[in-house]
Amino acid sequence: MANGNSSIISGYDEKRLAHVKRRESWVAFILFLASLSTLLTVFSIIVILVTESLPFFKTVSIIDFLTQKEWTPLFDQAQYGILPLISGTLTTTWVAMLIALPSGIIIAAYLSEFIRPSLREIIKPLLEIFAAIPTVVYGYFALLFVTPVLQKFFPELPGFNMFSAGIVMGFMIIPYVSSLVEDAMRSVSKEVREASFALGASKLETTFKVVLPAASSGIIAALILSISRALGETMIVAIAAGMQPQIAFSPFQAAQTLTAFIVQVSLGDAPHGSIGYQSIYVAGLTLFCMTLILNLIGFYFRKQAQSK
Amino acid sequence: MGLLVNEPNAVKAIKADVKNFNFYYGQKQAVKDVNFSVYQNKVTALIGPSGCGKSTLLRSLNRIHDLYKGFKTEGEVILHPEQINILDKSIDPTFVRMRVGMVFQKPNPFPKSIYENVVYGLKIRGLKKRALLEQKCEESLKAAGLWDEVKDRLDQLATGLSGGQQQRLCIARALAVEPDLLLLDEPTSALDPISTSVIEDLVIELKNKVTILIVTHNLQQAARCSDFTAFMYLGELIEFGETNKLFTKPQNVKTENYITGRFG
Amino acid sequence: MRKSPMKKDKNRNNIMAKDPILAKHNKTEKLIKSKNIKDQLFYLFGFLILVAASFILFALISDLFIRGASRLNFDFLTHFPSRKPEAAGILSAWVGSLAVMLVTSSVSLVLGVMTGIYLEEYAPKNIFTFLIELAIVNMAGIPSITFGLMALGIFVYQFNFGQSILTAGLTLGLLVLPIIIVTTREALKSIPNHLREAAYSLGASKYQIVRDHLLPYSSGGILTGMILALSRAVGETAPLITIGALTFIAFLPTPPIQSTPPFVSFEWLWDGFTVLPIQMFNWVSRPQEEFHINAAATGAILLMLTLILNAGAIWLRYKFRKRYHW
Repeated sequence: MANGNSSIISGYDEKRLAHVKRRESWVAFILFLASLSTLLTVFSIIVILVTESLPFFKTVSIIDFLTQKEWTPLFDQAQYGILPLISGTLTTTWVAMLIALPSGIIIAAYLSEFIRPSLREIIKPLLEIFAAIPTVVYGYFALLFVTPVLQKFFPELPGFNMFSAGIVMGFMIIPYVSSLVEDAMRSVSKEVREASFALGASKLETTFKVVLPAASSGIIAALILSISRALGETMIVAIAAGMQPQIAFSPFQAAQTLTAFIVQVSLGDAPHGSIGYQSIYVAGLTLFCMTLILNLIGFYFRKQAQSK
Repeated sequence: MGLLVNEPNAVKAIKADVKNFNFYYGQKQAVKDVNFSVYQNKVTALIGPSGCGKSTLLRSLNRIHDLYKGFKTEGEVILHPEQINILDKSIDPTFVRMRVGMVFQKPNPFPKSIYENVVYGLKIRGLKKRALLEQKCEESLKAAGLWDEVKDRLDQLATGLSGGQQQRLCIARALAVEPDLLLLDEPTSALDPISTSVIEDLVIELKNKVTILIVTHNLQQAARCSDFTAFMYLGELIEFGETNKLFTKPQNVKTENYITGRFG
Repeated sequence: MRKSPMKKDKNRNNIMAKDPILAKHNKTEKLIKSKNIKDQLFYLFGFLILVAASFILFALISDLFIRGASRLNFDFLTHFPSRKPEAAGILSAWVGSLAVMLVTSSVSLVLGVMTGIYLEEYAPKNIFTFLIELAIVNMAGIPSITFGLMALGIFVYQFNFGQSILTAGLTLGLLVLPIIIVTTREALKSIPNHLREAAYSLGASKYQIVRDHLLPYSSGGILTGMILALSRAVGETAPLITIGALTFIAFLPTPPIQSTPPFVSFEWLWDGFTVLPIQMFNWVSRPQEEFHINAAATGAILLMLTLILNAGAIWLRYKFRKRYHW
């Protein structure tokens, strides 16, 4: 045991041990600081959205903002009713959900209950390509591919319309919906399926009458979280849905969304502190509030689905 | 309850004293008031049915429990000759682990080369000289009886070795840093009979170099390779004494029942 | 096998009609048959949906390549944008994308890996940790354009970084941070605890374990996350438009290597920029057909880039899964 370097080897070197200990606490502290960056980011987003929007509400009353039916903050005769932008946002969103939700659920059911896991491992990355394509490419697709094709069947469809934008957005969201639903379906226990099969139910009946209802929390989470994603989608609507803010609930016309408005103003010249500058923060704050509420509800349901 | 102790007849150097050791997982007491001594350059075996607290006790000596939450220890484990209490919260667990080595149930080599595995303990102690590291690597592998099998492939992944070889590598890794006390936690439970007997022979040989405390569920193993044996049952130390005495003339009826296979 | 009960056997049917038990059995058989057919139909239906999805994907990709074919050449990569569509190129856009990705990857890698390690290995269970976790979950759900608004208010006007590569890189870095944090944590979680115990038992400190074991063993997972994050960031458009990225740039950032001492320059961080998706957006928004060809060609390049990055991530995941068996 006792030999020349035993002191180093057994770690008796007090100085070294103290050095290690000091380094330990430094490392822990630096890592902690790094992790604060996330908290700081979210905090800054909230603070900046609120502080940059506040001056806006000094010129515009909240009631006008919420009830007026026109949004023309950059005109000389400016009108500040947010409803047109909200209507555009909601319309593109429901069109997208009409595509994404049913297809997402069917694909999830198919992947989780009907096909071999080895095949699933091949199909899932393929589906994820849908989510990986840049949104600007989707915007191009909506404007220059989907709309011309649709115009062959509906000649009166305008070149900019919310329908094409919504459809393409729906396709983009499919993998998001399907992976959320699939997770929820997989967390349904084997016993539930076995009980259903034992009663003589077919695969299809088990999937849609037993597993899907048991995974309902997960499906609600998928619905809410993907709505939130559709609300915040920017490039597709900015390219294909048009730039006219107007109250429009038919998807077959052009209208501007909250996000498209922000893009429009940012492309032009909106000096720091001008009403145009403030108005994009107001639009951003409105969007942020909508998505935050949906996200929190969605996360709640997802937690529920996971804990089952 | 009366604790029966076979007093060792000859006075020997003591490496560690376990005094009034208690261990709690939350509210549940896993080890109750255990006292015994670990003698220098001897092999001490901890036996008992599973769940008796023997592994808990062993892991406490390496302060492995400090990595997790929800436990509490009471009492002392004095390491001689410096007389430090290794359970003391004010003593850095790293300091304890630098003096007390441990080998686990399942062989757990790092997914690095054989050489890197053996010298890792030395490297983190600040040893950088390649020549010294290589010399220590060879010594430790020889001591663990693995040198002849691996000397030509020291740069290969340790995870490619067989289970028995991996466990001897883990022993070599622990020996390389010349610990005062080597803890073996059921080192052969995941191994085949041949690898087991190789490791048992190794344990007997190693006691000239290092004091060993071994937990085993295998009574024959305890009888074959230990000098002292402690029998634990339901968290309590029932009997402690020289192995041949404990196995031939147990003082406590529970010990007798256990070693004759009536329970456990 | 399945066909045999379907055989039209008159004799058999007659017997069945008379015997009530057999008749019931016959009914069950029919029910099973219809259930089997429905199962098969759904199987086919799911398959068709996947085929349709692949077809749409294929249509999108081929549309980009066919329309952009005439511009997909070397000149397109080496020319600045221009008012004349046939002379325009994406030189400033791809150089800008590269520069922005450089900043993005350094920011997100450093912060993301450190945060992942902190949360997985160091963080105590307290309100602060809870808030950090909540922030990460929410960050992933915040619309990307909101990050642009934050960056415009803070990086551009508070810190005076201007509408520069640095601002853009920081913005996208924060945007993809959750991706890296989540993949880092997953990689760390997959390292079995007995390896940590082995290192601790030898006297290693936590930092030494992170440096010598956890980081090397999780490097594959972290790298995969990094590539996925880059594939997301390279296509992000909205936040960069919001911070005021220019859409028409006919110059390159300052070269990082200079001929005069100190030879290395970080001047480029402060330069204005454009990136591939913004260049594409600019061309899509033009009414002229010729610019749409440029947009298609840019889209094809952008798509290739993201597909290659994603394929790389899948390949890496597969490779590293095979590498370590604990």
